[in-house]
Amino acid sequence: MKPTDVTDPQYYHKVVDCQWGCPAHTNVPEYIRLIAQGRYTEAYLLNRESNVFPGILGRTCDRPCEPACRRTRLDGEAVAICRLKRVAADLRDDVSEYLPRVPAVKNGKRIACVGSGPASLTVANDLIPLGYEVTIFEKQDRPGGLMWSNIPQFRLPPEVLNEEIDYILDMGVDLRLDTPVESMRRLLAGEMGEWDAIFVGSGAPRGKNLEIEGRYDSDRIHIGIDWLESVAFEHIDRIEPRVLVIGVGNTAMDCCRTAMRIGGRDVKVMARKSREYFKASPWELEDAEEELVEIVENHSPSRFVIEDGELVAMDFDIVDWYEGEGGRLRSQVMDTVRIPCDAVILAIGQETAFPWIERDLGIEFNEWDEPTVDRTTFQSTREGVFFGGDAAWGPENIIWAVEHGHQAAISIHNYCRGLPLDDRPPYGMNLVSQKMGLHEWSYSNDYDEAERQKMRHVHLRERMQTLAVEVEEGFDFEQTLQEAERCLNCDVQTHFTTNLCIECDACIDICPLNCLTITANGEEPELRTRLSAPALNLEQDLYVSEALPQTARVMVKDEDLCIHCGLCAERCPTAAWDMRKSDLLIPYAGLEAGEKRPTRARDLVGV
Amino acid sequence: MSWIAKPRVAHPGLPRNELGLTQRDYEGRMSTLCAGCGHDSVTAALIEAFYGLNYPPHRIVKLSGIGCSGKTPTYFLNQAHGFNGVHGRMPAVATGAAGANRTLTYVGISGDGDSLSIGLGQLAHAIRRNVDLLYVIENNGVYGLTKGQFSASADVGSTAKKGAANMQPPIDPVLLGLSLGVGFVARSFSGDKEQLVPLLQAGLRHRGFALVDVISPCVTFNDHEGSTKSYRYTREHLTEVADADFVEPKREIAVSYAPGESIDVEMHDGGILRLRKLAEGFDPTDRDRAYAHISERLHRGEVLTGLLHVDKGLREMHDVAGTVDVPLVEVPHGDLCPGSAALDALQESFR
Ligand SMILES: Cc1cc2nc3c(=O)[nH]c(=O)nc-3n(C[C@H](O)[C@H](O)[C@H](O)COP(=O)(O)OP(=O)(O)OC[C@H]3O[C@@H](n4cnc5c(N)ncnc54)[C@H](O)[C@@H]3O)c2cc1C
Ligand SMILES: Cc1ncc(C[n+]2csc(CCOP(=O)(O)OP(=O)(O)O)c2C)c(N)n1
Ligand code: SF4
Ligand code: SF4
Ligand code: SF4
Ligand SMILES: [Mg+2]
Repeated sequence: MKPTDVTDPQYYHKVVDCQWGCPAHTNVPEYIRLIAQGRYTEAYLLNRESNVFPGILGRTCDRPCEPACRRTRLDGEAVAICRLKRVAADLRDDVSEYLPRVPAVKNGKRIACVGSGPASLTVANDLIPLGYEVTIFEKQDRPGGLMWSNIPQFRLPPEVLNEEIDYILDMGVDLRLDTPVESMRRLLAGEMGEWDAIFVGSGAPRGKNLEIEGRYDSDRIHIGIDWLESVAFEHIDRIEPRVLVIGVGNTAMDCCRTAMRIGGRDVKVMARKSREYFKASPWELEDAEEELVEIVENHSPSRFVIEDGELVAMDFDIVDWYEGEGGRLRSQVMDTVRIPCDAVILAIGQETAFPWIERDLGIEFNEWDEPTVDRTTFQSTREGVFFGGDAAWGPENIIWAVEHGHQAAISIHNYCRGLPLDDRPPYGMNLVSQKMGLHEWSYSNDYDEAERQKMRHVHLRERMQTLAVEVEEGFDFEQTLQEAERCLNCDVQTHFTTNLCIECDACIDICPLNCLTITANGEEPELRTRLSAPALNLEQDLYVSEALPQTARVMVKDEDLCIHCGLCAERCPTAAWDMRKSDLLIPYAGLEAGEKRPTRARDLVGV
Repeated sequence: MSWIAKPRVAHPGLPRNELGLTQRDYEGRMSTLCAGCGHDSVTAALIEAFYGLNYPPHRIVKLSGIGCSGKTPTYFLNQAHGFNGVHGRMPAVATGAAGANRTLTYVGISGDGDSLSIGLGQLAHAIRRNVDLLYVIENNGVYGLTKGQFSASADVGSTAKKGAANMQPPIDPVLLGLSLGVGFVARSFSGDKEQLVPLLQAGLRHRGFALVDVISPCVTFNDHEGSTKSYRYTREHLTEVADADFVEPKREIAVSYAPGESIDVEMHDGGILRLRKLAEGFDPTDRDRAYAHISERLHRGEVLTGLLHVDKGLREMHDVAGTVDVPLVEVPHGDLCPGSAALDALQESFR
């Protein structure tokens, strides 16, 4: 193998599994350390740089970082990254003076955003501090998109949502509520104002339907996202006792739990497949089951049963799944069953819909009627019209919407300055030794065997009273400290200096996870078979040094299971291994990697 | 020395031996030696050797004298028995222990000072008695623990850290062993576990005294330019003459060598010691020729490594003394101490 180039910021970035897994590349280990030190405001602001909505995300994020967390590969349970984020948000001081400064003199460029979800809000967050004037058109009477209309209050309290949306609106967004954009042609033609660029962040508003017998014969069959929206806007405040929720994704989980709070007594989630194929995250399933929702596997809906004009039941095929030709999953009907019910909520997916975009404007749509959007620049096939969030490629989640917003803002800033859109600003990296003394490091390097902390929930009886009782209580002080200790500080990198190594083997002998090997170089697949311990996780890189001074062998490190304990560096007599903190420097619109946004009043010290 | 102990968390894919143990189960306490000390690598090699031979840790006895080397038994086999004796006196303790219980496995760890200066007489007699013991000398050319004075293995001309050269001729433990008629002698290097581990395993399986001299650099006091026991000097001057593989009695012999490339020696337990990578004209089973070869090369400045001599025909201490087969602790008290009448009868027989 070729010697590893650790000066490429992406090499060490990838070692920080959570940060690598986070669409917005939030610097997780750094904020966890700040929380452990009680520096909640700093931790909050560090989060905000990349993910914009720490309070919201600390409660609702899909948390792709957690399955990625190295800790899962060691003791099976990720660090509770997301809930630690919430601690920072809950315990922060007033951050207003640290928010971005908005220049009094504008740059003369005007941007229109369609929709006020997290994607558009991020675009505004990134562009207004550069002097842009941003107008957001929102068809509802409140900003926030699905975060407001679909995520129930018992998961996301309105105060938390509003406060973080207001940070952005208060920068001077020109927010036009109750103002649907009904024609792109008119928006482009200047009938709603003059724009230098347009960002479409209108989401994926259409819930999928289930066209089976009886679908239109009852008014108690609801489309999940529309129904949740009606609950949020208080157009609906009760449901009948026996409810079937069809589908087992995230929306289904919010539907069943909402139903339990507004009249549902016997609520069943009906899944076509078996548990291992469910789309909902395991923790969402747990939370629903804790609230006595029944989850029924392998039931495929076949018709609605209507008697005397009333919905009375649904028929299901009981199916068995097996792997057919080419490994494709196939089903076989084993039996049929009728399940009585009073109402049904369809939660089987969502898609984009753009009835308001005329198809002759040069904005191309593909065979599935989805817009053609460039994966890097987020521009459509019409110059100056950008898409992001769920509107770009269908439903995702908040953190992806945020990352799309950041990237689209970079493109818009380039576009408005006449620069090529694929001229993306490069990432950077700071790398600083964490050595404080002979065997002393700036971080807590010992491995803590503690298990993941359990989130405390409000008592069942209490939480069912109103929709507004937040279920999760958050971590207490002890839990926070304990959970923070579980983090392995994956950003404190083992950094190797080849010419210092005397090949004494001390690092290899001490490494508790057998990460290190000194051996003859070879091609990766073969080299992997000669390492100190099985190196079977091909998603994790091998670090390979240059030829060592005494024997011309190479130092190889399998990054897979390193716990960043620093023992290799402690046992190394020549400091060939050192523990160095890699800080990924992320560029944003108008900010080079590592450059800080000017704040309103004060700068943070030491972050 | 580190402030945190080596965490217990282990690689989930670590292989297990026939006892269901991983290598981690053969570890000891956290080393307090200098970072980079060769002795720590010898410790790691011993862990690998015991693990690989499927030895149950609680059936091992670790013995040592004084020195940095003398400290190392703490750092492997937490569950084994151990005795840290006086400087240079480990062989006597080992002789006594082995005499009392011949069913345990004995490993003695010593230093070049411990064995070749103060303990030279003890070593000589343990060899002469052919105590069933793996005897490892962690040889760094200095008294490490007392801050780097030349030891009896330092070469003439080798310099101390501040530049003073050693003037007295060295004692070579391998040649010493051969001249005393040792049945198993090898030399290796802490920085070459591929060679060292099989040698240690062969030594453990050898019935009788097995002497393994391991060049084990003292990173603090003897790893500089001018030292002949540094990592670099050792790497540049060592020549392998005969590597050893120990093949368990039950196992198939996987690799085959062309005639002349290897020699098989059948061990007492039916296992086979396979000597390979043999240097031209070198035959480790012929003591006199081995002696001549090694000493000639030593004068040319070459450090020969590998299994240098093996003779499995020697009788070990218990065979010579005709002692009981079982450990003394299992001999009924009445047999061990037959009483004054029996003593009287014995003494009578000498009159
Ligand atoms: C039930 C449910 C629960 C969810 N839970 C989570 C969760 O816990 N965590 C998570 O990360 N994600 C969750 N999501 C997904 C997440 O909410 C979305 O991915 C995210 O909000 C998408 O953001 P966006 O900015 O692209 O658009 P949206 O949030 O969809 O916002 C689009 C906005 O555009 C407006 N709009 C649409 N068309 C027009 C128009 N023509 N003119 C003017 N305004 C218009 C809409 O009214 C809406 O306000 C959930 C989704 C659903 C349905
Ligand atoms: C009877 C006695 N004499 C002298 C000493 C002092 N002393 C301690 S260790 C040592 C030499 C150790 O050298 P070596 O055996 O080579 O071990 P190393 O530390 O190099 O591994 C000496 C002379 C002692 N402890 N006891
Ligand atoms: S252990 Fe900490 S730094 Fe490592 S992946 Fe998990 S949260 Fe991230
Ligand atoms: S920090 Fe070093 S010793 Fe610790 S697990 Fe990683 S490679 Fe091994
Ligand atoms: S401990 Fe240091 S000098 Fe020794 S092998 Fe490891 S990196 Fe090289
Ligand atoms: Mg010594």
